[in-house]
Amino acid sequence: MQDKDSGEEPVGGAGLDGNVLAGPLSEVFAVDITTAVGRCRGCGASSAIATLRVHGPQPGLVGRCPGCDDVLLRIVRTPDAVWLDLGGLTSLRIPSAG
Amino acid sequence: MSFVTRGFHGRRRDDDGRLPPGQHLTGDFPVLSAGPTPRIPLDEWELWVATEEGTRHTWSWAELMALAADEPTVDIHCVTSWSKLDTTWRGVSLDTILADVETAADYALVHSYGGYTTNLPLEDLLDGKAWVAYEFEGDDLHPEHGGPARLLVPHLYFWKSAKWVHGIELVLEDTPGFWEQLGYHDYGDPWREQRYQGD
Repeated sequence: MQDKDSGEEPVGGAGLDGNVLAGPLSEVFAVDITTAVGRCRGCGASSAIATLRVHGPQPGLVGRCPGCDDVLLRIVRTPDAVWLDLGGLTSLRIPSAG
Repeated sequence: MSFVTRGFHGRRRDDDGRLPPGQHLTGDFPVLSAGPTPRIPLDEWELWVATEEGTRHTWSWAELMALAADEPTVDIHCVTSWSKLDTTWRGVSLDTILADVETAADYALVHSYGGYTTNLPLEDLLDGKAWVAYEFEGDDLHPEHGGPARLLVPHLYFWKSAKWVHGIELVLEDTPGFWEQLGYHDYGDPWREQRYQGD
């Protein structure tokens, strides 16, 4: 019998970073989005997507600003769609080959 | 080589038709969260109810504790497919909290400390179907599970049972919450497997 606290599964805790977004976002973007730099609508900080604090993966992935913890992006994978919310970003700078 | 199943996750319980479609039993209490766990000192904690006309009702922690409490034993069902039977809680019925609130609203948008929201019809909060719960299995509700107090609406998927409940906004139109904006079902009845929009 597991103690109810120590037996919790860490399925929804923090401790993830933005690199876990690479797979789910590869369904949507043609480039590796983890190297893109997003600007937070809340505090104005610019952060590489790889450095976001990510909660999830269930019920969805929630990427938060490493500066102020505001929600920058959310991804939900349903059986027939990917739902993407980038509303916490004022911009997303995506490196290109030039 | 033997199969290790029976009792592996604690007491085995007979689901006896109590498991909605697509669900499996767990003996654990998985933690799912969309953000960091807020820590709210009880002397700063507040529950508010705001009506569609702007009337605001508030309860301090001491005022909540002074209200008559129920001790419901309920089954809970998470949209991520785990279910947990016979969970025991202590909390105040929403019938008690909303008893003196005058409203013509048909919907509620529930707000949590930390910014989470979830929507549900007001009638699903009434008639003994929902509580503001502050104890789980005889102990104070742990912050990871929504303490000091969370909403408990066990007849809907558990994302509707908002952790760290802070306020209930009574509204005339259904207003999608945090997950309902992003593909999850507006109502979330586990017996009709209403996981996603269109289910």
